[in-house]
Amino acid sequence: MASRPRAHPWMANSAPGVLEGMLAEIGAASVAEVFEQIPADHYRKAPLVLPPQLASELELRRELVARLRRNEDCERNLSFLGAGVWQHHVPAVVDEIVGRTEFLTNVWGSYQSDHGRNQAWWEFQSQLGALLNLDVVQLPVYSWGCAAGHAIRMAARITGRRKVLVPALSDPERLSVIRTYCEPPEMAGHIAVVTVAADPTSGRLDLADLRAKLGPDVAAVYFETPAYLGTIELGAAEIARAARAAGAETIVGVDPVSLGVLAAPGDWGADIVTGPVQPLGVHMNCGGGVGGFIASRDEERYVRQYNGFLVSIAPTAEPGQWGFGLASSHQTSYGAREHGRDWTGNSTYLWAIAGAVYMSLLGPEGFRELGNLIVARARYAQRLLAAVPGVRIVWPDTTFKEFVVNFDGTGRSVAEINDALRARGIFGGKDLSAELPALGQSALWCVTEVHSAADIRRAAQTLKEILQ
Amino acid sequence: MTAPREFHAARWNEPLVMQLGRPGARGQLFPAPEPEVAEAVGEGLIPAAVARKDRPQLPEITEFEAQRHYLHLSQMTLGMMGISLFGTCTMKYNSKTAEYAAQRPELAEVHPYQHPDTLQGVLSILHEFDQILRALSGMDQFVFQAGGGADAAYTMAAVARAYWADRGQLGQRTEMVTSIQAHPCNPATAAAAGFRVINLPLEEKGYPSLQALQAAVGPNTALVMINNPDDMGIYNPEIREWTKAAHAAGALIFYDHANFNGVMGKLSARELGFDACMFMLHKTFGAPKAGGGPAVGAYGCTAELAPYLPAPVVLERAGHYLLDHDRPKSCGKIREFWGNVPQVVKAWAWARAMGAEGIRLASDISVVANNYMDRKLAEIPGLQRSHDNIAVRRMEMTRWSLGPLKEETGVGTVDFANRMADYGIDPWWMSHEPWIVPEPFTPEAGELWSKEDIDAWIAVVARIAREARECPEKVRTAPHNQPVAQVKGEVFDDPARWAMTWRAFLRKHGAEAARGAA
Amino acid sequence: MRIGLVVNPVAGLGGAVGLRGTDGPGTVAEALRRGAVPQAGARARRAFGVLAAARPGAAVAAAPGALGADWLAGLALEVTPLDLPAATGTARDTRAAVAAMGPGALVVFAGGDGTARDVAAALPPGAAMLGIPSGVKMHSGVFAVSPEAAGRLLADILADPDRVAWTDEAEVADIDEAALRAGTIAPRLFGHARAPLARSRMQAAKGSPRRDDGAALAAAAREVADAMAPGVLYVIGPGTSAGAVTRALGEAPTLLGVDAVRDRRRIARDATAAALERLAGDGPVRLVLGVTGQQGFLLGRGNQQISAPLIARAGREGLIVLASEEKLRRLAQPCLWVDTGDPALDAALTGFVRVHTGPGRAMLMRIGAA
Repeated sequence: MASRPRAHPWMANSAPGVLEGMLAEIGAASVAEVFEQIPADHYRKAPLVLPPQLASELELRRELVARLRRNEDCERNLSFLGAGVWQHHVPAVVDEIVGRTEFLTNVWGSYQSDHGRNQAWWEFQSQLGALLNLDVVQLPVYSWGCAAGHAIRMAARITGRRKVLVPALSDPERLSVIRTYCEPPEMAGHIAVVTVAADPTSGRLDLADLRAKLGPDVAAVYFETPAYLGTIELGAAEIARAARAAGAETIVGVDPVSLGVLAAPGDWGADIVTGPVQPLGVHMNCGGGVGGFIASRDEERYVRQYNGFLVSIAPTAEPGQWGFGLASSHQTSYGAREHGRDWTGNSTYLWAIAGAVYMSLLGPEGFRELGNLIVARARYAQRLLAAVPGVRIVWPDTTFKEFVVNFDGTGRSVAEINDALRARGIFGGKDLSAELPALGQSALWCVTEVHSAADIRRAAQTLKEILQ
Repeated sequence: MTAPREFHAARWNEPLVMQLGRPGARGQLFPAPEPEVAEAVGEGLIPAAVARKDRPQLPEITEFEAQRHYLHLSQMTLGMMGISLFGTCTMKYNSKTAEYAAQRPELAEVHPYQHPDTLQGVLSILHEFDQILRALSGMDQFVFQAGGGADAAYTMAAVARAYWADRGQLGQRTEMVTSIQAHPCNPATAAAAGFRVINLPLEEKGYPSLQALQAAVGPNTALVMINNPDDMGIYNPEIREWTKAAHAAGALIFYDHANFNGVMGKLSARELGFDACMFMLHKTFGAPKAGGGPAVGAYGCTAELAPYLPAPVVLERAGHYLLDHDRPKSCGKIREFWGNVPQVVKAWAWARAMGAEGIRLASDISVVANNYMDRKLAEIPGLQRSHDNIAVRRMEMTRWSLGPLKEETGVGTVDFANRMADYGIDPWWMSHEPWIVPEPFTPEAGELWSKEDIDAWIAVVARIAREARECPEKVRTAPHNQPVAQVKGEVFDDPARWAMTWRAFLRKHGAEAARGAA
Repeated sequence: MRIGLVVNPVAGLGGAVGLRGTDGPGTVAEALRRGAVPQAGARARRAFGVLAAARPGAAVAAAPGALGADWLAGLALEVTPLDLPAATGTARDTRAAVAAMGPGALVVFAGGDGTARDVAAALPPGAAMLGIPSGVKMHSGVFAVSPEAAGRLLADILADPDRVAWTDEAEVADIDEAALRAGTIAPRLFGHARAPLARSRMQAAKGSPRRDDGAALAAAAREVADAMAPGVLYVIGPGTSAGAVTRALGEAPTLLGVDAVRDRRRIARDATAAALERLAGDGPVRLVLGVTGQQGFLLGRGNQQISAPLIARAGREGLIVLASEEKLRRLAQPCLWVDTGDPALDAALTGFVRVHTGPGRAMLMRIGAA
């Protein structure tokens, strides 16, 4: 008798005799017979060649760790990279909770069997609503750019208009996603994306240019504060007023970790608010930690336009008891296929749980302290870097955690400088020279609570050394 | 038959987190800026006009209280800890070794804008996994940017836009053709991408006729999107003729490989004539679902479509891996960065642990186990297989109907789902919209669950069917052993009563209700 | 919500004895002669038995005697007989009972399509109707699937009206029994009424089944209207779906008749075949059509004013069909039927047609010759 392969640890019915037993019960002579629906000529002809099986956990772990060790990371190195993914402190309790197998392997049950998860989701919405001062928060979509894209499409449906104004100084990564969501000009549903100039002295939105472009065809104005290049938008309330006067929606992007110190967008006239969820307790994960939220006032004209899951609290059959479920869900693509609002599917809901734990750990004082610490250290970094000969901060003292550093005076390119820094265990800021040539040899640096004063001094000192 | 297990879920009567704690309590402290920092930058860094003046209404609790609260919530989530034969989602074991590896700083604390020289480990995994998916599908290039299966369908729509725009035909090729039983994400993403949607109905063989497809496609067709087998467990044996019909009309045709588990290692999308396909890594490839993401829809296509893929694409040059951003014909970004990388790593680990032999065996087990389940379910009176006139053996899942039982007893599939959890069984998947059969449910055994698990699951279904006849109110008022009683859904479509946040809840239901919400 | 009951005691008599309906006293007598046993009362009792078990003491206003109250005797219900004139044994009895139930009532009737027509004709303002299926013909969209299902639906409505979906556009249809007895089916739409929808609630998570089909159809109709070519005669068939196109042009459609539109203006309402042919002259014609519920007729049922010559002129390419996905899904077979009276024309029309279900959304349906 030929030796049979060993049972696989992940397949119970690979144990000897089980498959045969089931075949006998269904009256099939062979496995092939069970596949009777597939015509013979549909079977693949190319042999399936895959890397050798690593069926033992021992071998699998060894291979995994060996591969990953070929990466350099931001713990062993000192990183100043941001621009859509930022290094923040992740409390250990967050890691414990998002690693719970009940949450990790959960898919979808009943409102009762998923009660704990649904409560965590609702607490994410509630706590983020408290930071934003808004009553409706949706569970996160794939990313901030996707959130902005959906928000713009919501505004287009609400207003019946097909143009959106966005800052010229937008993150090209995010803007590319927004353009994808706005559809190419050939499509009937195309939303024109028109850029608004920046004030060259501050990086803020040029209000004159904004007013010139606002008109009866504009569905929405989209802008961020802090903006892509770190700028705190001082004219936010004025932008919202101008948009409203033109009948357009004001869509805003905010960094939730700034909201302990920056005014809540719900308080200054934003209609639809978006932002990243990664800063709320999610590791950078090589970009795989991103997610984006969408929030608004609790008005039906907004609520009926959301694309995804809106968790609502609801009574249960037991008097006085509360449970959770999905509000207005028939408008999603699950409920209405192509008649629904855009589409939804698997998203980044585990990060809603991370965010819920994170926000509950920080509380109001934690967010205030965090915001103050970040802005203080980022400004300190600006001062120290600006003191390096040839280095200039482009818009000093106007930013939150990110800021533009210009190296034109050094005679060196950002790429050269970052290479030299990397050789000394430092990841310099994102190179902007190709995407924003007007800024010369500039980089976007990011400083957060993880950067101590000593780290910042080390960076400035190293920069000084390599530029000598 | 196995007797259903006695079970009671944790019921902590857990307060809302907003109701916990006490003023001034702290769960995380941040240091004050160092003296040299404070001295250098001074006070008032945020201009008064944009500074926050109110205190956000967040809980004030200790670190332990946060941990305990959310542990309680995790314990009140069944989350596949029972038996979950949740059809269309292919429930798998999610490797803890892969999970822990992904939590290491070599992946968790990695920034996607790091220099590629510092990313060689993760890039080597992405590249090798691309090769594995190419081998399984016959396609020429995969990307992982899409954040789920639906997002991969959207990627297909975006790639099709770029492909037709590049040929100057996007103004003419405005239509996407699909089947009424295709996953909702196919028509929905195509519509959101700007295409008109043409649905084909199921005809007598259980799938749309080839004639219908031929009548639907033409010079206006940009794209056909189709799954096979479908969620009924029916395999369309004319699928080769479908890809030919699409190509005869000049259109692209996309294989939604959501239901890959029963055919993996056996079919090649490319050999069947498809231009592109999609795999769900959080499903077929063993990455966790996490209650709805982070997920990955791996999108692969032929070399003809590859120039239109979203950038970047991982390339290998003499043993060195790099990210190719220079793709002038790209459709643009679907999502920021390159995808949910940890999930790709976990999927790669799954494929490596299974190997070609494990993958083939898993598809054998999936289909045999489903047919075993079909046989056993057929013994329960009141249950009916979808398309009952079609006698052939189904693929890795079968859609069933409780229609006859509902007629007889008034107890339907929602009631069953609620009741199942009382026995420690994860509620079943019913059906995506539209409900083509009445009172649907869709079990899928896959390769994870043992024959004993399947027997136990069926025993619970049989028990509830008996309850439906003997004590229907018990089923209709279920669950009885869960963290909470049956949630009353009337508020979910009532703007005056729905409440998506604590703020809204206080406003609409008042402080008294809030006290009761504990 | 006030629940009323009226039973058509002779409904369903014909079915078992091969009479395909019991419209008219002559047929009733023939049915009884053939040995038919009355069905409707017993079926009403089955329905209300379920209600009584679920909601003991529920209040019901019933027509007196065999028209209602007799069938509820002994059930745990609070029955109030309606004060009505003496029964005549005709449809007048049904109408009088329905009218007496008052505005806003839910009129539960045991009968078939004929009874449904009588109920709909007398329905007070704001009232709704629900049929306990007891007739031979039940083409109307107001029937529960079984007496027990009707009883459960009533119990649900009394427990919490929010749990039940309602429609204002349930079709009240009937067929010409004489034609049916002669071997042809000719259903006709008589109007629309408010009715509860006996659908189970969806798995709430992934979307409830409630979808605004009306809004989707209205948007589809706007697209159709916007795409109207100059000089073409658009013949708008009966029903709300086709009528949505007239509505999109800013006019109220003749729901039970045929209208004609040219250059975005209505040029005829409730037109006859002769009038339509005259309007068409030698010019191009397109037909805007709905689909009959359950059976899926496009042409030849309830729109015979659209004559074979007009249909031939339009051809399959000239058919513009609107229907909700829900309605298409509920068809007995995934096929639409044409019966133009001209077998050669019917054969020419077979093939596939796009049914507009929403803006930029369509279902491709097979057309068969009836």
